[in-house]
Amino acid sequence: MTSTLRGRPTRRSVLAGSAAIATGSFSVQVRAAPQAQKITPALIEAAKKEGKLSWYTSVDLPVAEKIAKAFEAAYPGVSMKVERSGAERIFQRIGQEYQSKIYNCDVVNSSDAAHLIIWKRASMLASFLPEDVAKYFPKEHWDPDGMYASWRVTLSPIAYNTSQVKAEDAPKGFNDLLDPKWVGKIVKAHPGYSGTIMTATQQLSRDLGWSYFEKLAKQKVMQVQSAADPPKKVTAGERAVMADGTEYMVNLLQSRGEPIEEVYAVEGTPLITGPSAVLARAANPNAARLFYAWSMTAEAQQLNVEVGALRSVHPLVRDRPERKKLSDIKTLREDAAAVADQADDIKARYLKLFKV
Amino acid sequence: MPGSSRSEAGSADLQVRSSIPEERTWRSALRFDLSRPVLLAVTALLAVMIVLPMGWLIAYSLSDKQGAVTLGNFVTLFTDPSFVDPLITTLIIAVSVSTICCLVAAPLGWLVARTDMPIRRIVRTLVMASLVTPPFVGAIAWEMLAAPNSGLLNQLWRSMTGMPADEALLDIYSLTGLIFVIACYTFPYVFILLANALDRMPGELEDASSMLGAKTWQTARRITVPLALPTLLAGALVAFLQALNLFGSPAILAIPAGFHTLTTRIWSLFQFPPKPELAAAASLPLLLLTILLLRGQALALGRRGYAVLGGKYGEPRLVRLGAWRWPAAALALLILAMPLFLPYAALFNSAFSRVASRLVTLDTITLHNVRFTFLELSSTMPALKNTFLLATLSATLGALLALLIAYIVSRRAVTGHRVLAFLATAPLAIPGIVLGVGLFLAYTRPPLTLYGTLWILLIAFITIELPAAYQQLSSAFHAVHPELEEAGRMLGASRLRTLADITAPLLRSAVIATWCFVFVAVIRELSAAVILFTSETKVLSVLIFDLKESGDVGAIAVLSLTMVAITTVVVAVANRFGGGREASRLPARAAG
Repeated sequence: MTSTLRGRPTRRSVLAGSAAIATGSFSVQVRAAPQAQKITPALIEAAKKEGKLSWYTSVDLPVAEKIAKAFEAAYPGVSMKVERSGAERIFQRIGQEYQSKIYNCDVVNSSDAAHLIIWKRASMLASFLPEDVAKYFPKEHWDPDGMYASWRVTLSPIAYNTSQVKAEDAPKGFNDLLDPKWVGKIVKAHPGYSGTIMTATQQLSRDLGWSYFEKLAKQKVMQVQSAADPPKKVTAGERAVMADGTEYMVNLLQSRGEPIEEVYAVEGTPLITGPSAVLARAANPNAARLFYAWSMTAEAQQLNVEVGALRSVHPLVRDRPERKKLSDIKTLREDAAAVADQADDIKARYLKLFKV
Repeated sequence: MPGSSRSEAGSADLQVRSSIPEERTWRSALRFDLSRPVLLAVTALLAVMIVLPMGWLIAYSLSDKQGAVTLGNFVTLFTDPSFVDPLITTLIIAVSVSTICCLVAAPLGWLVARTDMPIRRIVRTLVMASLVTPPFVGAIAWEMLAAPNSGLLNQLWRSMTGMPADEALLDIYSLTGLIFVIACYTFPYVFILLANALDRMPGELEDASSMLGAKTWQTARRITVPLALPTLLAGALVAFLQALNLFGSPAILAIPAGFHTLTTRIWSLFQFPPKPELAAAASLPLLLLTILLLRGQALALGRRGYAVLGGKYGEPRLVRLGAWRWPAAALALLILAMPLFLPYAALFNSAFSRVASRLVTLDTITLHNVRFTFLELSSTMPALKNTFLLATLSATLGALLALLIAYIVSRRAVTGHRVLAFLATAPLAIPGIVLGVGLFLAYTRPPLTLYGTLWILLIAFITIELPAAYQQLSSAFHAVHPELEEAGRMLGASRLRTLADITAPLLRSAVIATWCFVFVAVIRELSAAVILFTSETKVLSVLIFDLKESGDVGAIAVLSLTMVAITTVVVAVANRFGGGREASRLPARAAG
């Protein structure tokens, strides 16, 4: 009864399984870094034969659809299906689909880098190292086994509505948000849904302590789910300030003339890398590799910056001139491995404090 | 009668008909049919649809992560504040919604059915029309209207009264706001029950009362109200159940407000790492409470019998409102503004504007959202396709299955027909989200790994809508007397031929109405779909729900309006082609 009733691996069993894989495949670990792959005519041909691919991503939907359209234009004959949801829900969905032997996802992109570590441990990723990644990306932005690379980088700043808050009254950092004057005026996204917020919550709870969230929870915060939503709620005038949310959405709204201004907190701003990967069991392996390789090229990365206001680690990409350079911003240290270990605990504590 | 032909057998039946019970006639007639295998097949099908998922639900609720038997899940459920609070909140919501619905539906139902209020036909149609709105779409629309700062109504109020910017007239992100929105889309059920009951109430009793010298209000108090009370009680229970089991509206309004209801908490247990054991355990209180209340409802409705049994009564007498006629009509329109006029105005506004919180003008009107939804959003077309495929299939197969069961049961064609009747009504007691969890547990494992296919959604939708379909068709069958079929059989027609030539035409309008009802209900179903979908089997309601999470309100407005437009067209077409009155007689069961 036990075995039939419990068909479903938990995070624990996934980790246990992957530990076994890690020890069992020690000899594999010492092999040389994989060879960098060019986009070859053969790959394009094979991709066209498959004709389609599905991309699971947590990037804002209109941005994702624009990138998909650009890829379809670059390689006519390969159509893309975008499956957008919060990174934490995508993580859960892929797990659930894999348990039922459903392999819908070809390429995945998550705003919670911890997911890539867990998937890699569970042998769910394919090794494929695009030329651009090997040649240009800083070492810390790609996996030595070629399993994943940072497709995008973003920040989780504070931001405020400029028609509701004067610049001199705006919060300068996270601790300013605890001022009674912000009661009922703050919106924030949810770590159980958004990978950006999960990553940011881990960094903030480490550097500011959980007491920061305890006090923030008493500020009558409006709770939304996606990290792309708080900037929208701020520009809609629903709340004056966002405690977290994605920087790129703030920038996109600014370029549309919306009244929103970001604040890079004095305590430091959470830094979020969003790696992508090709799934080992991708139903369209060639189309998946083609899209993955294309998405890391200077051209595609430049598109990320232009249509998505995302940041890129590709050195040939020029950032949006109007915004502060990443190197000039004080950021908090990202620690994906820690997030992988603490995610459940973070969600439980968060539920206790914020009641949702 | 050796070597008797069929017609002789028929006349033999006729001769004894007066002396033996109807049942036996049918049983003997059934000797020619394959009724037993059919019964077995239908029973087996229903068992797979209902008993299997519920069995897994109970098994899971009683086991821990390792599969050992435990009561730990229930201990957690009743001690952990993250479950106890939602449980209490849910009960508060259900009681409040139920009360509000009765307070609104009773006077409105009375005005429409028993007074000479102007435009009362239009009011009745519009209340029914408001039922086409999926509750979660209503919740999103009310967010646009009454979000404390950006809500259109709050902005309007501020500009009219000069209220400071950080104060709000209405706050939809609150328990009161949620109760209000749920009540908006629940009171029509109570209204329909009540208005129909008031229609059927014999006018003679009231006439007698006034002849004996009672004044209008006295008659209302002493005669009309007591006669309507059992129906009102039943309506209260329907509203209570709706509010108890609703998922969409709480998911949209409660989470920003910082609280969970039981259904949203169950849904959140499917976050990583999924906790199906706890989800199963948390589902059981909903299931038990629903079963208990349905028993209560059956009792309440059962009592109604004394009022309506008997022959045809005179048309009920309309109360003259005199000077109050137009104020009454204004009140009715004001009530209708809540589920209908205001939300749809808000949806149209945000469908054609770039920022939902600003009123669209001729200068700012844009087709950007329409373009995005239909040309850029790659999930729109697959979701539309899945939704229509599922709605058509569920409606067709569901209506056929309900027809078959209703036939077997109403003609008592086989011994054991009561089991079928019970199984066909049982899903009424299963909240959508609970059925979703049950089906998920049952079909994510061999031998039938249906998760990830449209089949699992098809099973879910048919199961959810079966009780309503069955009830509708069973009452239609009761209206067709077996004598008509027997006449056909006597004249030599086979059972199938009789069914095709006599029964089917008589049932046509009821079948179309049922088909329509299931179709509409499937299109708006969210609570089971949200547990069972995968990226390849996404339906419209789930797509809207997903878009909500990232705040893409423009696309949501476009999709919601599309959804409602299609639903309205289908209902209108079906009404035209013979649905008639029945199509508007929506059973008291909604999805969401």
